Amino acid sequence: MSGHVFHPGHDELHGVTVIITGTSGRTYVGRWHERGTRGVTMRDTAIHDPANSPLALDAWLAKQRKFGVAATEKHLVVPTEEAGEVALFDPA
Amino acid sequence: MPYPEMMVKPMRDELTRLGVEELRSVPDVDAALGTSSGTALVFVNSVCGCAAGMARPALAKALEHQNKPAKLYTVFAGQDLDATARARSYFGEYQPSSPSVALLKDGKVVAFVHRHQIEGRHPDAIAAALTQAFDTYCA
Repeated sequence: MSGHVFHPGHDELHGVTVIITGTSGRTYVGRWHERGTRGVTMRDTAIHDPANSPLALDAWLAKQRKFGVAATEKHLVVPTEEAGEVALFDPA
Repeated sequence: MPYPEMMVKPMRDELTRLGVEELRSVPDVDAALGTSSGTALVFVNSVCGCAAGMARPALAKALEHQNKPAKLYTVFAGQDLDATARARSYFGEYQPSSPSVALLKDGKVVAFVHRHQIEGRHPDAIAAALTQAFDTYCA
């Protein structure tokens, strides 16, 4: 990460749309709010679950990028043990 | 919950002084977009200073471009709730985010700049995305 703080007073990723790869195999795309003791709090999050998604992950991500994040969760905490790799959803 | 109007007025003014027409009610939106032909841009404004604070100057820069939409509109997400929801009903499959920018041609979205394409970008980069769409659809 760049060290640039998008929203002063918050952590580096606050307000930024990220992709979190879950250890369960689920993928989360949404706005990072904060990392706390329980996990990562996200806003307006879409979730890809390979067990029940009709689209493969790559196709699902391409759809989110083209049409926007189809959020199903207004507020979500991704538990610490589930929150794996974190990346910017659409790096500049 | 909407912010006090005195806080958001400068954010509204930043667009209206560019000639962008504010749509503040459902009838406003329907009158503007309901029978739309030609090209129209809808800027979904936001109080998020870090994203909208880049997107508004980007629109100003993009509107200096030779090719641009015939009609320019804005709704304010989080402030004018009904108007924003109505405007989004014209965006088809495109998901709500704010700030964001929709370019419509003959009533259909032909280009869309989402919030995730605005975050962390310089206004020049956002303006470039807009002018590329203007060149494609508004020339």
